[in-house]
Amino acid sequence: MNHNELDVIILGGGITGAGTQRDCALRGLRTLLIERSDIATGATGRNHGLLHSGARYAVNDPESAAECIRENMILRRIASHCVEETDGLFITLPEDDLGYQKTFVEACRRAGIGAQVIDPDEARRLEPSVNPGLVGAVRVPDGSVDPFRLCAANMLDAKLHGGEVRLHTEVTALIREGSAITGVRTRNRQSGEEEEFHAPVIVNACGIWGQHIADLAGVKIGMYPAKGALLVFAHRINNLVINRCRKPANADILVPGDTVCIIGTTSTRIPFEECDRVAATPDEVSLLISEGAKLAPALSSTRILRAYAGVRPLVSADNDPSGRNISRGIVCLDHAQRDGLDGFVTITGGKLMTYRLMAEMATDTVCRKLGVEKACSTATLPLPGSEERSYEAVARKIWEVPSTAQKAAVARMGTGASRIESSKPADKALVCECEEVSVGEVRHAIANQDVSTLTDLRRRTRIGMGTCQGGFCACRAAGLLAQAHGCTQRARTDLCDFLQERWKGSFPIGWGDTLREAEYTQWVYKHVLGL
Amino acid sequence: MKFDTLVIGGGLAGLTAGISLQQKGLDTAIVSTGQSALHFFSGTFESLESPSERLAELFSAAGIRTHYSPGVRLMPLGSFRPAALSLEDVELFPEPHFADKVLIVNFNGYSDFFPAFLTEGLEAQRMSCRLLELDPPELQALRQSPSEMRSVQIARIMDRHWESVVQAIRAALRDEDAVILPQVFGLKDPSIPGRIRQELPVRVVFAGTQPPSVPGIRTQQLLRRRFELAGGTFLSGDEVVQTHVHDGRVHSVATRNLDHHYLEADHFILATGTFFAKGLAASPSGIRESVFGLDVDCAADRNAWYDPSFAADQPYLHFGVRTDAVLHAVKDGTPMQNLYAVGSILGGTRPEFGSGAGLAVRSAFAAVDQILNQYAV
Repeated sequence: MNHNELDVIILGGGITGAGTQRDCALRGLRTLLIERSDIATGATGRNHGLLHSGARYAVNDPESAAECIRENMILRRIASHCVEETDGLFITLPEDDLGYQKTFVEACRRAGIGAQVIDPDEARRLEPSVNPGLVGAVRVPDGSVDPFRLCAANMLDAKLHGGEVRLHTEVTALIREGSAITGVRTRNRQSGEEEEFHAPVIVNACGIWGQHIADLAGVKIGMYPAKGALLVFAHRINNLVINRCRKPANADILVPGDTVCIIGTTSTRIPFEECDRVAATPDEVSLLISEGAKLAPALSSTRILRAYAGVRPLVSADNDPSGRNISRGIVCLDHAQRDGLDGFVTITGGKLMTYRLMAEMATDTVCRKLGVEKACSTATLPLPGSEERSYEAVARKIWEVPSTAQKAAVARMGTGASRIESSKPADKALVCECEEVSVGEVRHAIANQDVSTLTDLRRRTRIGMGTCQGGFCACRAAGLLAQAHGCTQRARTDLCDFLQERWKGSFPIGWGDTLREAEYTQWVYKHVLGL
Repeated sequence: MKFDTLVIGGGLAGLTAGISLQQKGLDTAIVSTGQSALHFFSGTFESLESPSERLAELFSAAGIRTHYSPGVRLMPLGSFRPAALSLEDVELFPEPHFADKVLIVNFNGYSDFFPAFLTEGLEAQRMSCRLLELDPPELQALRQSPSEMRSVQIARIMDRHWESVVQAIRAALRDEDAVILPQVFGLKDPSIPGRIRQELPVRVVFAGTQPPSVPGIRTQQLLRRRFELAGGTFLSGDEVVQTHVHDGRVHSVATRNLDHHYLEADHFILATGTFFAKGLAASPSGIRESVFGLDVDCAADRNAWYDPSFAADQPYLHFGVRTDAVLHAVKDGTPMQNLYAVGSILGGTRPEFGSGAGLAVRSAFAAVDQILNQYAV
């Protein structure tokens, strides 16, 4: 069998593409996923990491709300190592209309979301960081989810079921035969190698960049890029997600995740050409801080780690070029029916929360086109790493007395942490002290998770995501990468790129301790290490 | 408590000023948080080429061994930079090709030293490299804890056990004509790097590690000891929390540890460093000098503080305290008659003093001369 001949090719290594590849692979299809950059580099990795209960959409978009709560409950089961079941609060502040709370709670109940009105005193007790001036609170089953981990786990399962993944590979052309798309031409952006792959169905799961792939196919999809800016704080000040109980607006969600918390977001329509270079502006940063402090006053005195921005893939569901009919819902297009173009499916819209449902819809379409009759199992089958729910128990099963770094590794990898080499003391040495990532875990990621750059490594291990933003760990990790790839020149360029990428998110918030850390990093790399 | 001079900041600038004044018989105290830029020191005094006689004397009295010859030095990631006045640990070469075959020695599990990068840099200069990973039993205990294999911890052990490492290297040497070792030798005892050189039959190069810098900490300790032996008062782990200023003069300061004892002095020297050392503090609305609220030369618009390129020369690093011609610090537009700003807190405001170590030493001497002149009159 020629490995270039497949049943389905999925374009896009975000959560939608990864989820679709997993679903297709579990249904027995030969799959290939192609991503021009790394996993989770688009909207997947640039959001709150909120495990929506759906409450936010309950009033305005009951359909999305119902989808969210169903998927929320599914992800708790199948992706337990990527999810934290924190619960969330929707708080009413004195300047908000308390009357909205009733509308909100009724809408939640209609959508099947457990929403419980609690006394403001109880809210302050549950979440001491909440604005003590709140006049109303509703408790909902929000949580947090690590999108990088979720994306990697989906891809890993696809690979365990025979799937292939090509990262840092861009599609240069779609191969057309008559009225059908039958394959893709690709170019590896690192090696320059060009290849061709063939399959009877190609799935376009490129998020906002799907518009470009549709252009290559000669069909039109109306995308409306909406930029959202967010801030990461250096401490986890809240344990429950905190939302404002009002019509959705700017900077009204504060999500705890791992050791940090994240405030967001803004929403600004941007031209399609700017999608590749969005960044948070000083005005957005100011707005996020002042609005965020209304949810949790401690935010105004908490160190900010990083500012970043993502682009929501909003889609016009029909061919209306005015963009009036924009939906945040899922859009699954079989272009054979829509445009008379066979072999091409687009899955877009939706959100991180509903990725699995999107993948199921896309895979159903693929299977229908291929005449495959096999039911979807992703709603019940745990992802690799999530076979067991308690990470404490998992850690104790692997190591009799797990160290804090080993517990952290299990929190990141679930049961997969058993594959980390830790027999020699040198394997246990820490590369990243902020996030407690060991040499063994870094080596494992390099060997098994398609890591070619430090930034790739960060998405899989959290290296460089902590307080030092790579100041201490980047050159250690670069040393290990140089060793693994046998190419120091590449590691050196990579180290420069990585530091540049971290600086991009630091300078918009460059004051206080963030500037101190940046000065340290710039001093050490330029003058002490001589980069 | 009353002193002739009180120095705030115990880095290279503060210690240079403190030692110079104390040596001239002025009763001097230094208030230091404990850490300084010397903890992140490359071993080379940037922007100082050959030392002035005055600095050479100061270093030699402190037991700090330095040298200078024109050429280049090897950086920890394998590149070469122009030579400048350096600690004896740092080898200076007339040209990058300093050997034909090099043995690079590292300790198993030590990841703050970069043999792969060194190898690449040396091979580009037509030197062949071989890596020797040592696993000395003395480091076993460190290795058990995942975050202990760091420069200073290793150096503490090497202060006692460096000889066994030398023996292992001697046994492993084949036809190499140079050995590269990480800078983890001689934390307490400055003679160790020199003794390692004597014990090995080939050229020995100590290459830098990720901070903290062992030669840098040693240098700071030697300077501090010199200052104290000369009779100076070193208040370590302390910081100024209150100042008393009248009629354009500093009268006294209070520190965190000595809260009810005001420290009075005739002259004050501010050597508190940049943002990292907390001499300057940035907030979204502006940049402030931390101790006295002095006037700071900086861009008002925050967007002008940074260059989006990490590698570029960053504008914020050039911000500094405003001074008059003789280094009197300026507050609310008026020079303070007995307060001198020295070292990196000047940023790029006094380019005639150079940058880095050059700025620290030259501005410290300039302020010292201003103070001594007043006693001469």
